[in-house]
Amino acid sequence: MSEHHIKLPEGSIGKQTTTINVGPTHPATHGVFQNIMEIDGEKIIKTVPTIGYIHRAFEKIAERRPYYQVTTLTDRLNYCSAPINNIGWHTTVEKLAKIEVPKRVDYMRVIIMELARINDHIICNSIMGVDTGALTPFTYFFQERERIYDIFESICGSRLTTNIGRIGGFERNFTEDTWRYIDRFVESFPKMIDEFEKLLTRNRIFMDRTIDAGVISAERALNYSFTGPNLRASGVDYDVRVHEPYSSYDDFDFNIPVGKKGDVYDRYLVRNLEMRESYKIILQAIEKMKELDPSVYHADVPEFYLPEKDDVYNQMEALIYHFKIIMGESDMPAGEVYHSVEGANGELGYYLISDGGRTPYRLHFRRPCFIYYQAFPELVEGGLLSDAIVALSSINVIAGELDA
Amino acid sequence: MQNDNINEYLSQSFTSFKDWDTTSDVVSFQVSAAQIIDVLTSLYNEFGYQFLTDITAVHYPDRSKEELCVVYHLHNLRTRHRLRIKVYLNIEQPDIPTATTLFSAANWMERETFDFFGVQFIGHPDLTRILNVEDMDYFPMRKEYPMEDPTRVDKDDEMFGR
Repeated sequence: MSEHHIKLPEGSIGKQTTTINVGPTHPATHGVFQNIMEIDGEKIIKTVPTIGYIHRAFEKIAERRPYYQVTTLTDRLNYCSAPINNIGWHTTVEKLAKIEVPKRVDYMRVIIMELARINDHIICNSIMGVDTGALTPFTYFFQERERIYDIFESICGSRLTTNIGRIGGFERNFTEDTWRYIDRFVESFPKMIDEFEKLLTRNRIFMDRTIDAGVISAERALNYSFTGPNLRASGVDYDVRVHEPYSSYDDFDFNIPVGKKGDVYDRYLVRNLEMRESYKIILQAIEKMKELDPSVYHADVPEFYLPEKDDVYNQMEALIYHFKIIMGESDMPAGEVYHSVEGANGELGYYLISDGGRTPYRLHFRRPCFIYYQAFPELVEGGLLSDAIVALSSINVIAGELDA
Repeated sequence: MQNDNINEYLSQSFTSFKDWDTTSDVVSFQVSAAQIIDVLTSLYNEFGYQFLTDITAVHYPDRSKEELCVVYHLHNLRTRHRLRIKVYLNIEQPDIPTATTLFSAANWMERETFDFFGVQFIGHPDLTRILNVEDMDYFPMRKEYPMEDPTRVDKDDEMFGR
């Protein structure tokens, strides 16, 4: 019999309270993480989270990979919105190497990132419905995710772990197929989200389950370094896209929805409104891109962006650049940089230290899920078990981002 | 500008403050482990740096007696300024007081730093490993440990070399 590493609380066998184990494989958790809860009837006395089941040592691996190969690691952080992680990494490297990308690339990136944000929020809100027993909105709303996946697939070839974009831009221009898929999404999304809201937002059972469950005040949320929709639902309007605009976000006109109480219902509403704001941003970006030269899809940085294959076979400089980039001899300046993007769950930060070599010296991911999940005991202790399940799905913990 | 005030205030109030560096994207400086909590508290109270973005560590094996560097990133949400504070520690005795008294968010951040680098945070409520197994006896992110486990006998790198 193998020994197990779960530490039961002291003397728990003879006590009045029950110790239960929520996870690591549990239908209510989006991934593998565990909570050992001590409950008295239905009320939670104490809960201890345990994580690390999907730790893959990304920070150590990143020290051995050239800069363009680290993108595949970033995919797997918050795998529900992988393009945001990818583009965050590319913008970090561009900040360090002082590369400026053309406007059209910025707008293409904005479209992709907002689609990924809608992707993640669809999952979170639908699963919140499922955790309260409502399976119908989940099955219908996921059709929108299929449309978004078609868009990603036509750009980079894969649906979930996208490895989208390159340092300096994109690997290929948006094709006609891509524009067709984007138009199809733009047409169908408003009706779908209206239908979804009609099913859940004023639904008596959903409101009774979620209002006043898992409450956290703005002061405690700031002390726990919450960011993203969870912080905004508590009343603080901190959004990295507005605070420190990257990728030309300051060219766009959008609102930041903010909640009042910080309970599960507020988080649900904030995410719904954010999906509508993202949709507005996508429409504005498509409009703005009509006035730009449609052949531009990357910056002119031959030291970091691979040249066209035709040129590699026929021109000497292109061959030399291709060789240098693949062999990792590109001149990355030494220095350190901290860059953050607004991920679907909050401020996703990259702390990159380079010593001028072909791989990063130290790369640290500031993962929002990891930081706010430590507040989970404070959210649920003293409440009921069913409130804890809904609270857990409302803060949208993605195991990949929790453990890295 | 506010940053110059911080420079002046800290250099007058704390003897170990040095290396005020504005060349990088974020203003950074260095203090000693003994004074770090007082520096964080005065930045919290006087200057509005009430949001702790991150705590992490870096290992520089070439700096003798100062190998481990604990890095704090702070953020002032009102003025939109960030700060980076570095504390260098001796790897033989990497002790530093905990920031959990000031920021609840520091709890797991410090556990992660302990798990990967072995930095001992004095006064932490529960300093145990968070992402690795509890019976691991080395600190994996230090530079001397290779990426792959050298004690494994089942993988043959001759055929699938790196």
